Amino acid sequence: MSERIELRGLQKSFRGPQGPIRAVRGVDVDVAAGETVALLGPNGAGKSTTIDMLLGLLAPDAGSVSVFGRTPAAAVADGAIGAMLQTGALIRDLSVRELVEMMASLYPSPLAVREVLALTGIDEIAAQRTQKLSGGQTQRVRFALALVSNPELLVLDEPTVAMDVEARRDFWTTMREFAARGKTILFATHYLEEADAYADRAVLMAHGRVVADGPTTEIKAMVGSRTIRATLPDVESEKLSALPGVSGVQRRGEAVVLSCTDSDAAIRALLAAHPQARDIEIAAAGLEQAFLELTAEDPSGEAEAEAAARAFGR
Amino acid sequence: MSPLVYTRFELLRTVRNRRFFILSFGFPLVIYVLVAGSVKHVHDLDHTGLSGPLYFMIGWASFGTMNAMVACGARIAAERQAGWTRQLRISPLAPRAYFVTKVGTSYMMALITLVVLYLAGASFGVSLRAGGWLGMTGLILVGLIPFAALGVMLGHLFTPDSIGPAMGGGVALLGLLGGTFFPLTGHGFLPELAQYLPSRWLVQASRVGVGGHGWPAKGWIVIAAWTLLLSLAAIRAYRRDTGRV
Repeated sequence: MSERIELRGLQKSFRGPQGPIRAVRGVDVDVAAGETVALLGPNGAGKSTTIDMLLGLLAPDAGSVSVFGRTPAAAVADGAIGAMLQTGALIRDLSVRELVEMMASLYPSPLAVREVLALTGIDEIAAQRTQKLSGGQTQRVRFALALVSNPELLVLDEPTVAMDVEARRDFWTTMREFAARGKTILFATHYLEEADAYADRAVLMAHGRVVADGPTTEIKAMVGSRTIRATLPDVESEKLSALPGVSGVQRRGEAVVLSCTDSDAAIRALLAAHPQARDIEIAAAGLEQAFLELTAEDPSGEAEAEAAARAFGR
Repeated sequence: MSPLVYTRFELLRTVRNRRFFILSFGFPLVIYVLVAGSVKHVHDLDHTGLSGPLYFMIGWASFGTMNAMVACGARIAAERQAGWTRQLRISPLAPRAYFVTKVGTSYMMALITLVVLYLAGASFGVSLRAGGWLGMTGLILVGLIPFAALGVMLGHLFTPDSIGPAMGGGVALLGLLGGTFFPLTGHGFLPELAQYLPSRWLVQASRVGVGGHGWPAKGWIVIAAWTLLLSLAAIRAYRRDTGRV
């Protein structure tokens, strides 16, 4: 039995008002057993569609999915997959504990209900009816439903979207404990910090494709380790990108952001050539910068970078 | 790892949903009491050979149980919209087990409705031999199978806010044409059409109660044909809804 999850050449289109929408355009991803992988990308990148195909909720137009050597349907039937989908409410007229018990009863080797209630911090609301919960409490219960199945592969589609800061921290703490049991975890997120902090590896998606795949540290190294930001109107971007040590230029109004492979050389050359530059900041590039760089390489990258920038609130 | 626990919680949920639970049999009961009270002394209602209270006991039992069966559609539609169906599709609970649970819950509601109406009927003087009660009940339970399939189909075709009229209208129409509300007598298009409706044969189940025969071959064929047709339609609706081939 293969100890990997393999997505091969996945493609999926949907019918849209202006013709087909190619949500996923050829995705290849491998995840080894025990790995924690972040599927990272802006809204509309194809993350949820990819996850739906991984779970067998959607049939791919082309390509294949193998979950530890089985089809998704077989893995689901064996109880090997637990998932917290992006959206979903709870069914009513049961208490939180009863709902978790009900879910546990469907799996071959579930975790103890009491343990899961404690792990997810919902033991205090265990006796409450599911229709009386707040949004944050509902999210915790949904996480409990995914955990109680004690799956080999835990899939989380943007799990922290509806959570406040404290709930988010608790959530990741719990998830780390679960990962420490040797479980495989794949989570989708558009929060770069989450991928950076909690994943062994990040798979970056944009416009239905994988644009980078590697350890988060490696991805940062790939696109230059630092950025220089300066207020510098009236200088053409071409001149700036020709400076030594500069790998990329982004204009944001009067400011420019230079991605650097060698920020020391770049700052010397910048000040020599353009002494009027002011408000200079040099910073380590986050994954966000890496993301913009990577999507900008694509021929249709500009639109994608813009979409990405919008998604990140720029 | 067993769907039994799931079924147990599903039954619990149904009983806890007070309004649904009580209205399911309360509504047919109230109407029956009103209608049967007015024909308490009629021994041969419109030449059907059945007393007024017996005829309407089965008529309103048919209506109530049809509703109870089709109501599983509303629950399915609600669970689809809540995203619960998707959550179950990534669990080992087989779709078949899910539908068995849903239909089983509907049968529980149907049985409660029957018992309540039988008790009301008895209070209006309906008195049958044990074999009559059992034969009648058996036929009704068989006659409800196509309505279970109808419920599953509607649950996958409609959203929670549109399924109400679809269910209510459909059951009212089938009830009317099947002779639930008043006997369809004489000849003509409607009584002829009724011969081919499953609701008509539900109402006919009452004949067993007075020592008559159950369904003729035609009744069994009509019920079987509707079961087959609606089951195929339900499977189709389910597959289209879930994108499975």
